[in-house]
Amino acid sequence: MNASRFSRRSFLSSSLLSLAGVAGLARIANGCMECLTEKLDGKFPIGKTRVAGDDIIPVSAENILPPKPYQAPQEGSMDPMKYLTSFDYGTVTRQADGSVQREYHIWAEDKELMAAPGIKFPAWVYNGFLPGPTLRATEGDRLLVHFENRATKPHTIHFHGIHAANMDGVFEIVPQGKNFTYDFTAEPFGLFPFHCHMMPLRKHISRGLYGTLIVDPPAPRPPATEMIMVMHGIDTNLDMENDFYAVNGYANYYAENPIPLNVGEKVRIYLTNMTEFDLVNNFHLHANMFHYYPSGTSLQPAELTDTINLCQGQRGILEFSYKFPGMYMFHAHTSEFAELGWMGFFNVKA
Amino acid sequence: MNTTSPPRILNRLAVVSAIAPLILLGALVYWFFHGGSRLIERIVPPIEEVSIRRVEFAPGEIKLTIRNTGPMPVEMTLVTVDEAIWKAEFSPDRRLARLQEATVRIPFDWVEGDPYKVALFTSTGLSFEKEIAVATDTPKPTARMFWIFAAIGAYVGIVPVMLGILWLPFLRGLSRHWFNFLLSLTLGLLVFLGIDALKEGFEIAARLPGAFSTFTFGAIGFLLAFLVITALDTAVRARVAARGGDTALVLAYTIAFGIGVHNLGEGLAIGGAYAVGEIALGALLLIGFTIHNTTEGLAIVSPLTRSQVRILHLGLLGLLAGGPAILGCWLGGFTYSDFWAVFFLAVGAGAISQVVWSIGKQMMATSTGSLFHLRNASGFLIGMLLMYATALLVTA
Repeated sequence: MNASRFSRRSFLSSSLLSLAGVAGLARIANGCMECLTEKLDGKFPIGKTRVAGDDIIPVSAENILPPKPYQAPQEGSMDPMKYLTSFDYGTVTRQADGSVQREYHIWAEDKELMAAPGIKFPAWVYNGFLPGPTLRATEGDRLLVHFENRATKPHTIHFHGIHAANMDGVFEIVPQGKNFTYDFTAEPFGLFPFHCHMMPLRKHISRGLYGTLIVDPPAPRPPATEMIMVMHGIDTNLDMENDFYAVNGYANYYAENPIPLNVGEKVRIYLTNMTEFDLVNNFHLHANMFHYYPSGTSLQPAELTDTINLCQGQRGILEFSYKFPGMYMFHAHTSEFAELGWMGFFNVKA
Repeated sequence: MNTTSPPRILNRLAVVSAIAPLILLGALVYWFFHGGSRLIERIVPPIEEVSIRRVEFAPGEIKLTIRNTGPMPVEMTLVTVDEAIWKAEFSPDRRLARLQEATVRIPFDWVEGDPYKVALFTSTGLSFEKEIAVATDTPKPTARMFWIFAAIGAYVGIVPVMLGILWLPFLRGLSRHWFNFLLSLTLGLLVFLGIDALKEGFEIAARLPGAFSTFTFGAIGFLLAFLVITALDTAVRARVAARGGDTALVLAYTIAFGIGVHNLGEGLAIGGAYAVGEIALGALLLIGFTIHNTTEGLAIVSPLTRSQVRILHLGLLGLLAGGPAILGCWLGGFTYSDFWAVFFLAVGAGAISQVVWSIGKQMMATSTGSLFHLRNASGFLIGMLLMYATALLVTA
């Protein structure tokens, strides 16, 4: 018997029924606790209730937790949990002089993806995924990125970073069915977005053609649990305005599926903002502070904060660890984005 | 049985000719459904269309009535309120067949008087929005609301029409010269009402989805009213004339009926707007409607200035013309639907056109000079201006 499913359903129906009056409030509180326990494996009191007199009243029981998707991501959809920690180091060849050459394969394709609960999005993506892959190299490596255009429109890859003009993915347009190899040295170390640079840019980027290149410093950063998070919008009705927001492709994914962590576990998030249409996007961490490394180009943090604001293409590295166990939210501090899908939880265990 | 006579063969042929097209049509439909239409089908699916037909506010809940008005089934997914994803319950189902209706219940602690924007997303990512100017408790059909709407209907319908009827003795005192002027004035009033109803109907029809063909349905309503009233009018008039009765009363009843249907449409609009909080029916607006509709009473009694009429008839005329406003308020307040509003407005316009036609005919028959005498023309224009001026009071 699936007890958790039952409690979820009873929560929904009880919150509906209780609209009738005050008598129903107790049922909401009851049902809500059930739903929270389900969400948190019954272990983490997360303070979503306030005490008024003797009654416990849920604070906005309807919407603190986003609605459960009635259709989980299935075929044709992504697994943002896997994406979170997937880094493509390429095929490594060590040259005679000791230098390292890395080869990557990226293709562009048209693909219908599940981008929010129940909503299919006709995306244009690199390597079948929205966002595209996270390439990883070390400063000084020679990178060969073999690009194949399997999509119906011409595309390119424009990498941020230092390279020759003819490797910039602006003039070398790759038509359908053609290939191009981007050949450049990974420099300097830091965090770099890449994206298609075909006109109209807004269309090509908002449809999903972007990813991240991480260039590690020659002496690696201290060990940590590393994650990639790409903030972006989803324009499902293609009216050049975002309808939903997400990190890593699927609205509310990490809210529905909290990211597991342990107390004291050192976390490093590579965060980039590829949100089209809106001027800025941001990241806010609850009940904690993080060291922030703008663009990841320095080993010294620029500040200790809990909120950062990024324009499109801007990025940085966040480092933190949790002192106490519990369920902690992270989300865009632009409330609109948060309530349209850019929200998640860290489930920190003792 | 091979000795059939020629007429029988003809009959059999007639039967075959009656049925054969239907059979062939059936076969064609079957063929289309089994691949015959592949030749002309496009790969791109047609655009989905969902209309949000009604928004109701209850404590802690927003309820939408939606309908799939597009050419294909749709699957509803997320609901946003003021650009925030919100929980929603669809019944009977998220999947809507063509023209199927569903209700969407959104648990939402809305704020009285605030504007809201709800959006529904389908599985293909299309969104359909509805803006609500002022959130307010949607009236339930309680006894109290029932009487409130009855009172509004009486204020804007019965009371002013009755007041207008009180002019009858004064009108009787006018000289014969002015009778046609008065009828022309009535024509002006009615033509204004007819144009107003049509304009209103067009406006509402324009915001309805194409699948309903509201406009053509309204045209049916218009012609229905015109033809039915003409037929009734002719029949009743003939009978009354045969008994040596006064046909002026028949005309008065026809006018009252036409105005009554018009007031039904007006009541629908007022009740509907009141229900969704779009108008605050203040004293000024009520006074406006009252003054405006008093001219309707004038229109009803103007044919009666040369007739002896019992008080009872005058009362009935007033009820017939004004009473439907109450009915309209109830319908509009509790179950407002744009579709039926258009229909009733069209019926009202049709009824009024018929009345205009009747009065015109009567004037042709009785007047000695030209119908377009300066007196008639000025009466007509003054009638329209009177309506225009009093209508300014209700455009709040």
